[in-house]
Amino acid sequence: MSGRGLFGRIDWITIFLYALLVFIGWINIYSTSLVDPSLSIFDFSTLYGKQLFFIGLAALGIILVLFVESNFFERFASIFYIISILLLLGLFVFGKTIAGATSWYNLGFFNLQPSELAKVATALALAKFLSDIQTDIRTGRHQIYALIIVLLPALLILPQPDPGSALIYFSFFFVLFREGFPLYYLGILVFMVILFATTLMFGTVWVAIGLIILTVLIYTFKKASVKIPVLPVTGVIVLSILFSLSVDFVYENVFEQRHRDRIALWLSLEKDEDKLEEIRKTIGYNTYQSEKAIESGGFFGKGFLEGTRTKGDFVPEQHTDYIFSSVGEEWGFLGTVTVILLFSVFFLRLIHIAERQKSDFSRMYGYGVISILVFHYFINIGMVIGLLPTIGVPLPFFSYGGSGLIFFTMLLFIFLKLDSNRLKDGI
Amino acid sequence: MKKLLLSSIIVIIGFTFIGRLSYLQLFRFSPDQILDDPAIKKIYDYPERGYIYDRNGELMVGNQPAYDVMVIPREVKPLDTLEFCGLLGIDKNTFIAKMEKARVYSPRLPSVLVPQLSKEDYATLQEKMRHYVGFYIQKRSLRYYTTNSAANVLGYISEVNEWDLQNNPYYVAGELKGRTGIEKQYEEVLRGRKGVKHIQKDRFNRDIGPYKDGKLDTLPEQGTEIHITLDKKLQEYGEKLMHGKRGGIVAIEPKSGEILAMISGPTYDPSLLVGRERSKNYSKLHYDTISKPTWDRSILAEPSPGSPFKTLNALAALQEGVVDPSTKFRCYHGFYVGNTLRGCHCGGGVRDMNSGIYQSCNAYFAGVFRRLFDKYSTTDEAMDVWERHMESFGLGNYLGTDLPTGRPGRIPDKTFYDKWYGDGRWAASTIISNSIGQGEIAATPLQLANMTAAIANRGYFYTPHVIKSMGGSGSIDPAYTEPHYTTIDRKHFEPVIKGMANVYKYGTARWVQIPDIEIAGKTGTVENFVRVNGERMQLTDHSVFVAFAPVENPQIAVAVYIENGYFGSRYAGHIASLLIEKYIKGEVTRKDLEKRMLEKTLEHEYAKPYSGEPFKINEYVW
Repeated sequence: MSGRGLFGRIDWITIFLYALLVFIGWINIYSTSLVDPSLSIFDFSTLYGKQLFFIGLAALGIILVLFVESNFFERFASIFYIISILLLLGLFVFGKTIAGATSWYNLGFFNLQPSELAKVATALALAKFLSDIQTDIRTGRHQIYALIIVLLPALLILPQPDPGSALIYFSFFFVLFREGFPLYYLGILVFMVILFATTLMFGTVWVAIGLIILTVLIYTFKKASVKIPVLPVTGVIVLSILFSLSVDFVYENVFEQRHRDRIALWLSLEKDEDKLEEIRKTIGYNTYQSEKAIESGGFFGKGFLEGTRTKGDFVPEQHTDYIFSSVGEEWGFLGTVTVILLFSVFFLRLIHIAERQKSDFSRMYGYGVISILVFHYFINIGMVIGLLPTIGVPLPFFSYGGSGLIFFTMLLFIFLKLDSNRLKDGI
Repeated sequence: MKKLLLSSIIVIIGFTFIGRLSYLQLFRFSPDQILDDPAIKKIYDYPERGYIYDRNGELMVGNQPAYDVMVIPREVKPLDTLEFCGLLGIDKNTFIAKMEKARVYSPRLPSVLVPQLSKEDYATLQEKMRHYVGFYIQKRSLRYYTTNSAANVLGYISEVNEWDLQNNPYYVAGELKGRTGIEKQYEEVLRGRKGVKHIQKDRFNRDIGPYKDGKLDTLPEQGTEIHITLDKKLQEYGEKLMHGKRGGIVAIEPKSGEILAMISGPTYDPSLLVGRERSKNYSKLHYDTISKPTWDRSILAEPSPGSPFKTLNALAALQEGVVDPSTKFRCYHGFYVGNTLRGCHCGGGVRDMNSGIYQSCNAYFAGVFRRLFDKYSTTDEAMDVWERHMESFGLGNYLGTDLPTGRPGRIPDKTFYDKWYGDGRWAASTIISNSIGQGEIAATPLQLANMTAAIANRGYFYTPHVIKSMGGSGSIDPAYTEPHYTTIDRKHFEPVIKGMANVYKYGTARWVQIPDIEIAGKTGTVENFVRVNGERMQLTDHSVFVAFAPVENPQIAVAVYIENGYFGSRYAGHIASLLIEKYIKGEVTRKDLEKRMLEKTLEHEYAKPYSGEPFKINEYVW
């Protein structure tokens, strides 16, 4: 086995899926940004031409990554991390502001977004820290170290302001969970989100009634042999009600109006038809147009380059964050389901690869990569189809944009490079 | 567990997404969504509305251009408002209000600022138009009438309303649609089919090219011209004769059922309901609740027919075999119902069918009516037979003409009287007024004319209609070319027609004979009552006349009904006679008679009940 070269050992299934996703993404960017069909697809004055150039750059990046020694990444993980933290700090002084967010360095021909680079660095650093023989994630001290590694870049990105990118760093919790971080933390988090949402929708009284009914049901239908202590359960219910009572205060005083609007739209809190119409025209405009575009595609879609709403530029930012709505309009249900299935298969394949690593570092890094990609995919498509509030993150490999494509590619191919080397790790 | 966490999350997310997409793209999707896609604008190309010609090929309704002043509020540059208002003929406040309305509708889309400028206003405005940025003139087509008559038959067109838009997907706001008369009945034929172009728009509503390269676009289909059965000259002449009088006239060609003239008085010039003054004029006409010019008396008024109805009773009695033409009844200047004497103007004496008809003897027909009812053992049975005979002449129900309005009139039946008097508490003598066409019978002038046509044809009629041909083809709805047979045998008509011919020779209408034309007719003088401010009062009798001519091979059957015209032979008889002469000869020879009819009005009669003072009826003013 070890006798085969790099091309024999690399995972071609993943590369094929990756290429397919990039290709479908480009096709849709072409459709959303096509103005004059007589221009060549290599015309760099067009968005699709530029994206083609970025794809070329990404290919160069792939070659670069594949020819670097595998242990280079592990060895220099800490250095990368420190560099990216410095770059993030540097933004406060040298940053270039685009669309209200100071997230870029102007490199002349290219705007570099260090938060993209930081994702790669954080994934490497976290993997390195966790895979260290002395690290035990079950101890509180090491849990705190791990949290600092993950949350430091997020805290630096948040005031840019770029809450979407900052949110992505929460995806690293999946790495922590995989490596033994207690799962009930996740349970508590999910429970709190549900309490928060239900309180806004139905009010504290109904939430309390619901909780009590649920508890009574559990006690009624549990097996007689299963003993559930009464006191802690009562405590949880009381705490939940207190939390629920605090929700209104937090909602009214901590959140800003634009956040409230987004949440209100997401949970359908607004019933007044006039105000809904108002929201559709302002804060919910993107989501409304995006849903309408997807809806109008029907089962078969309107066909390539036939999407009337895509052509008419009805969905703002359609070539970047809302690229999936173009899939929905032009390729219909068939197209959207194909893309969802492709992503799902792609992710499951990556998990499979991560789990077959002998090296802890490789596995943990792999989990970092997958978590980041899944988080982007979940938040982006969730937003575009109106399931989640508006959070601006790109769809990996699909959305227009150089930094995004190149760093997602690097992220992925570092992992593939590590994977191609897995048989040597044991030696 | 921890190894499966991320995989399960991916699978759950996948299912959630596919679920949501199914809801959006399968459940909420509807295939005709393309119709209200904001990204596609439809631009319509309107065909010209079809012309309307009379039976002789003379144009009655054509089209004329009109000019709307349009505004796109966003593009308007500061302007000399006062001068512009002067050119448009509106005041400054109206102008400001209309601009505001247009802006509220849409700053980017055109709105109508001033609709339907006349050619003259357009001419002066056109030269200065370039000074006013953001305004432009849009041409559209309006109706143009070459006659000032037949408003009720031709009908009018107006913009579609909310109801039309909801109930007929063809129409788009701002389009015109036939509202009454022929314009309504033959709307789809006349309007043609608009062409449509689909234009791809961006979210700022700017055009960015044809949608699907125009594959879905259609060309307009021209409106079809139609020929109607009216005789323009006869119609115009009839309306002139109707001057100052209220009532309805219908003339029918018996051998085809074609309506030659359909006159309602008072009427209005159809041109009044075209152009800028339309709504003002319409309100004026519509709210005239006393003379009701928009109420078509020729098909909507349902007075008692009066004496012309006697002819049908005579026919029914002959058919039932209860009398023969020589059967005689004595008139005691009236007839007895129980111990009360009901009056008769015929002069008294012994009457047979011939003199009964031409002297219009009430006693004779009361006798005939009683005989008819005596034939059957029960009143109910007799009533059914009588009702069947009467209804076979197109009375008591909608005739089914091709005009969008109409009234059924009334032939009372046994349930009607059971309700009124109680079952078994009425008999022939109770309802004897029906024998002379008073009582509970009601018929529109159109029904009277049709009944006359059926007599003229000796036993059948064609459903009266106004359509003669559409486009080039002469074929019309077969409902109008199939004869409807009455329940009376052909042989029974001759004695009745003889009586009707004698009406002109010796009877009630001997003053209005036409040289060289033999006419058969029947006068009617109908008592009537109105309620003014809750008080029931009797007015001067209605003057009714039905006639057809020539007696052999009839060319025209006419019914004339003049409100409060007193004797049937007076206004109605004169007008009928003039119309027949005009139609058959093309020219009226009796100029003095014509002059009298054109000049005499009945305004003084119509003013009486509203004068607030006591008044006399049936005065012998002539």
